[in-house]
Amino acid sequence: MNELALLVAATLASGTPLAIAGLGLLLGEKAGVLNLGAEGMMLVAAIAGFGAAFLTGSDTIAFAAGAAAGAAMAALFALLAIGLNTNQYATGLALSLFGAGFSAFVGVAFVGKKLPDRAPFELPLLADLPFFGPALFRQHPMVYVAIALVAALAWFLYRTRAGLVLRAVGESPESAHALGYPVRAIRLAAVVTGGALCGIAGAFLSVVYAPLWVEGLVAGRGWIALALTTFATWRPARVLLGAYLFGGVTMLQFALQGAGVEVSSQLLSMLPYLATIVVLALISRNPLWIRINMPASLGKPFHPGS
Amino acid sequence: MSIPTKRALLKLAALSSLAAAAILAGCGKKEEPAPAPAPAAAAPAPAAPEPLKAAWVYVGPVGDAGWTFAHDLGRKAVEAEFGDKVKTSFVEKVPEGADAERVIRDLATQGNKIIFATSFGYMEPMLKVAAEFPDVKFEHATGYKTAPNMRIYDAKFYEDTYVAGIIAGKMSKTGTLGFVGSFPIPEVLRNINAFTLGAQSVNPKIKTKVVWVSTWFDPPKESEAAQSLINAGADVLLQNTDSTAVLQTAEKNGKYAFGWDSDMSGFATKAHLASAIADWGGYYKKAVKDVMDGTWKTERTVWGVKEGQNDLIKIADVVPEDIRKKVEEVKAGMKAGTFEVFTGPVVTNDGKEVLAKGAAADQAWKDKVDFYVKGVEGKIPSGK
Repeated sequence: MNELALLVAATLASGTPLAIAGLGLLLGEKAGVLNLGAEGMMLVAAIAGFGAAFLTGSDTIAFAAGAAAGAAMAALFALLAIGLNTNQYATGLALSLFGAGFSAFVGVAFVGKKLPDRAPFELPLLADLPFFGPALFRQHPMVYVAIALVAALAWFLYRTRAGLVLRAVGESPESAHALGYPVRAIRLAAVVTGGALCGIAGAFLSVVYAPLWVEGLVAGRGWIALALTTFATWRPARVLLGAYLFGGVTMLQFALQGAGVEVSSQLLSMLPYLATIVVLALISRNPLWIRINMPASLGKPFHPGS
Repeated sequence: MSIPTKRALLKLAALSSLAAAAILAGCGKKEEPAPAPAPAAAAPAPAAPEPLKAAWVYVGPVGDAGWTFAHDLGRKAVEAEFGDKVKTSFVEKVPEGADAERVIRDLATQGNKIIFATSFGYMEPMLKVAAEFPDVKFEHATGYKTAPNMRIYDAKFYEDTYVAGIIAGKMSKTGTLGFVGSFPIPEVLRNINAFTLGAQSVNPKIKTKVVWVSTWFDPPKESEAAQSLINAGADVLLQNTDSTAVLQTAEKNGKYAFGWDSDMSGFATKAHLASAIADWGGYYKKAVKDVMDGTWKTERTVWGVKEGQNDLIKIADVVPEDIRKKVEEVKAGMKAGTFEVFTGPVVTNDGKEVLAKGAAADQAWKDKVDFYVKGVEGKIPSGK
C-alpha cells in the first residue's frame, strides 16, 4: 500500500515537467505555430534556472529566470518564424540544436555544482492522511501548479473571448486578419507565453527534479512534450493525462525491476513511449475529433496582405 | 507599420543565419582539442630533445565530476611528473563510433607518440587506427582487444564496491541494499556481486535489489531509479552510473549512498557514506615512462587497491569504529595481495556453484561474470 502511494507520488513528479512544457507548446500550436524548439528552450531554461538558484538560493528567482530564458528563446523563434516567415519546422529544429549547444557552453561553470538543501514540501494536515498524504500531498508546489494550469488553459481557450480569437488565428489567420485582429502579434504572444512555460518545465528539471546541471540534462523530454500535444489531440486535460501516463510507466518499470520481475530491461525502457502513444492514440482515435481539434493552419506561415 | 520588402527580409534572414552560424562555430570550438601546434615537424630539431607528445580521448566533458574528470586528473599527474619532457593534450566529449576514429587518427597525425582512449566503445576505432600508425603506441581503457602497438588497461572497481558493501551491510536497517546499474556487462555485474558479498560479510541475510537504467549518464533517470529502489525498501544505494543524482536522491529521502568515480562527499552531507574512486595517474605515468624508456610492450594491466589504482575514501563519521577497522583490514589484505574478493565458494542466486570452495578467481573467470551471486534479487536482463 505504502509502495503504491510512493509510486503515485513519483509519477506526479515525473509527469509534471512534461505536462507544463506540453501545455506551453499547445498554446502556441492552438495559435497555428508549431515550435519544434522545445528541447532547446527547456535546456537553456534549465541552465538559467540552475544558475539563478545556485547564485541566489531562491527557487522563485530560479523559476523566473527559467521562464525568462524560455520566453527569450521563443521570442527568437518568433522573430524568425513569425516576423520573417521562415519555415517553422526548420527554425524550430535549429532552435533545438542551438539550445543544446548554447546551454552546454554557458553551463560549463555549473557542472558538478550543488544547490543548497531545501526542506521537503508538504501541505499541512493533508500530508498526514494515510495513503493520500504520501501519495498526493508531499509534492513540490509546481506539481499543483501544473494541474491548475490545465484548468486555466482549458478555461482560457474555450471559455474566453481572447481564447476564441487565439483559436481563430490558428484555424484561419486570413479570416482573423480580415476581421481586424493582429494575427502576428497574437501568434507572438502565444509562442512567447508557451516558451515561458517550457522554461518553467526546464527549470523544474534542473532545480527541483535532478537537482543538478549537466549537458543535455533534459534528455529528450522536450520532444516527448511535443509528441504529447499531438497524441492528446490538442486538449489540455489529455496532455496532463499523457504526461502522468508517461511518468507513471517510467516509474512502474523501475519498480518492476526492483521487484525482480523477469522482463528484459530494454523492453521495459521502451514501455513508457509505447504505452503513452497507444493509450493516447486509442482515446483520441476519432478522426472527426482530430480534425476539429487540430488547428487547421498549424505550421503554416501567415503574411498579412499576401 | 510599413511592411518590409521581400528583398530586405531575405537580407535580414541571411544576416541572422550568418550570425547564428558564427555563434555555433564559436561554441563548437570549445570541443576541439587544445590548440595543437602544427603537425610535428617532419625533420626533428637536433638541438633540445623534443617533448614526448601524449594525448587523451574522453567520452564526457572533463567537468563531469566522474569518469572523465578522474582520467583528466591522471593526465595532469603525468604533466606534473614529467614537466617539459611531455606535452599532453586531450579531446573531450568524443562520441563512441565513427567520430572517435577520426579524432584518434587526427591525434596520431599530429605527432602524438602515445594515445589513451578512455571508453570501451573506442576499442574498434582505435584498433583500426593502430594498424595505420605502427610507431605510435595506443592504450585503450576497459577493452579486451590488443595489437602489436595497442594494449589495454583496467581498474578493479569491484574491490571498491566490496569495501563499500562492508559499510552498507552494517548501515542498512532494512536489510535491503539498492544498486542502480547502467548496462548488464561483466564489469557492472562484478561490482554488484562484490557489493553484495561485502555486505554479506557483516550481515549474511542482506539482499540487493538492482534497477537498470540503460545509460551511463542521465541524471533525472538515475534519480527516478534511485527513488524506486528507496520506495521498494532499499536504504543504502550504490550506482554504476556517473552522476551525483543517486547520492542526492538518497539525501532527499534520508537514506545512505556512495560517491562513484570521484570524491562526491560535498554533494550530500548526510547521505554520503564514502566515495569509490579510481586514480589513473599511476598507470598513465608508467605508460608514458615505458614509451620514454623504450620498454613499452603489448600487455594487459589490471590494477586495483594494491597498486593505488582504486580506493574508498572519505568514510563518513556515522560509520562505526568496528566497521572502519574491518575496512582497513580488508584494504590491507588487498594491498598485500592476500585478499581476493571472489574466493570460493561463490554461488549464484539460482543455486549454482560457480567457484569451488577455497579457489580464488582468476582474470578469465572475472572477465566472464554473467550471473548474480546469492543475495541479489531478480534475474539479469538479457537478449538471450
